[in-house]
Amino acid sequence: MIQIKDLEIKYGSFTAVNKISLNIKENSSCAIIGPSGCGKSTLLYGLAGIVKPASGDIFIREQPVKENRRKTGLILQNYGLFPWKTVWENAILGLKIRSISMEEIDNTVTTILQELDILELKDKFPVQLSGGQKQRVAIARALSIQPDLLLMDEPFSALDAITREALQNLVLSLQQQKKMSIVFVTHNIEEAVFLGQQIVIMDKTEGSIKHIIENKNFGDRNFRFDEGFFQLCMEVRRIMEVSD
Amino acid sequence: MIEMKLNNFFLQHKGIYGTVVIIILWYIFHYLLQTAIIPSPIETIMEFFRLLQRDLLLHMFASLYRILVAGIISLILGVSIGLYLGLNEKIDQYFSPMIYLLYPIPKIAFLPVLMILFGLGNLSKIMLITIIIFFQILVTTRDSVKGLNKEWFYSIRSLGASKFQLYQHLVLPAVLPKLFTAIRISIGTSIAVLFFAENFATTYGIGYFIMNSWTRVDYVQMFAGILAISLLGLLIFKGIDLLEKHLCKWIILEKETI
Ligand SMILES: Nc1ncnc2c1ncn2[C@@H]1O[C@H](COP(=O)(O)OP(=O)(O)O)[C@@H](O)[C@H]1O
Ligand SMILES: [Mg+2]
Repeated sequence: MIQIKDLEIKYGSFTAVNKISLNIKENSSCAIIGPSGCGKSTLLYGLAGIVKPASGDIFIREQPVKENRRKTGLILQNYGLFPWKTVWENAILGLKIRSISMEEIDNTVTTILQELDILELKDKFPVQLSGGQKQRVAIARALSIQPDLLLMDEPFSALDAITREALQNLVLSLQQQKKMSIVFVTHNIEEAVFLGQQIVIMDKTEGSIKHIIENKNFGDRNFRFDEGFFQLCMEVRRIMEVSD
Repeated sequence: MIEMKLNNFFLQHKGIYGTVVIIILWYIFHYLLQTAIIPSPIETIMEFFRLLQRDLLLHMFASLYRILVAGIISLILGVSIGLYLGLNEKIDQYFSPMIYLLYPIPKIAFLPVLMILFGLGNLSKIMLITIIIFFQILVTTRDSVKGLNKEWFYSIRSLGASKFQLYQHLVLPAVLPKLFTAIRISIGTSIAVLFFAENFATTYGIGYFIMNSWTRVDYVQMFAGILAISLLGLLIFKGIDLLEKHLCKWIILEKETI
């Protein structure tokens, strides 16, 4: 689904992403993990077409990425909700921008809000919501455009453990149900191991990939209670801590 | 709902409370100083209502008209230029040194120049208020656009928004609260400026009315004029409050939750 070749992204003369190559399969989930400042968000912005690569290529379904690819949904670190719009107005924004008919918007978004269990919040403003509820709204907005690729930047890092696990389960079932690929950024090892079919571990500072792990147990809701889960977490931790 | 009603109730009471205290203070001054220059509140209020039946309302309308026209012109110009400069850093670079120099100049000193250029009538007065408010609106708008969260821009761009939609869904609503603050400050300034400007080459306007009463040593009438200009200011402020409540519900909620 995604081919990244020798990708390099710079801010001025500073290289934030350095010669990264990566393939991500159709209907899969890819976790990008690494310490703060290693270039995770920048890589994700590159996939979203928000920042332009200095060199290298990104192809999504054989097409070179451009800004606002119609079927890419993006969820930013602080949810990216607009405080002046209600839950409903936030959730329909993507479809409204695409000039979809009000009737269709109504049907689509009502269904999604129901699925995410936030329909009764539709007239509230973001400031009236908890972190977990805000994240559900952000997910609803991203899903409304029926994406085949969902990009998420540290989606659950600001949430408490229980809410976080509930949302991880939700995202897992959405991924399986909607047949979409997910690429998400995290600095939480358990999250990467639970939600990542492919776990991409980034270097501390160089903006490059250190190691990629295939997670065979991906998709199992009860994986968290499995011994294999802890072993994989340990393995990721060890790789992250090894200095070169 | 009940909370909101209680809140409104309290606000109304605050208004009454403020009025009563001010009238009492006024009365104390009147009583202590025993001079014609501070007439009693009751006498003034009676005079105010008597004058309303004559031409006071006309004076108030003349002033209100000048403020509204100047306000609308400077809003349209200030907001559109402010948004443009806020979003186009490169162009702002060339303009901000001029704005920086012009902003603090007391533009009221240009009234003679404006009167020569635009005549002695309404136009020069409206122009004076316009250039003063314009800068306040411009600077506020530009700076609040610059301070907007980058994530919001990413977020709306990733949804495929056009330039127009960017303004519609992000930039305009985001600057609205700060804009309301700027408008409030501007109204205060423009009433003060108007008071000054209306002393030249006009026989209508509340500023003229007050100064004219003064030269005629009619202090009761002068105070009725002051009462009128205060009410005018209050009226405009209440109007803005109402508009803000309607357009920026989210800001009010934000203030409540913090
Ligand atoms: N707009 C920017 N301008 C300059 N440097 C930036 C910018 N955004 C990020 N960086 C730098 O690029 C590096 C990678 O940032 P980022 O991708 O946000 O890291 P992460 O998401 O992994 O924490 C950091 O060192 C950061 O300081
Ligand atoms: Mg980041």
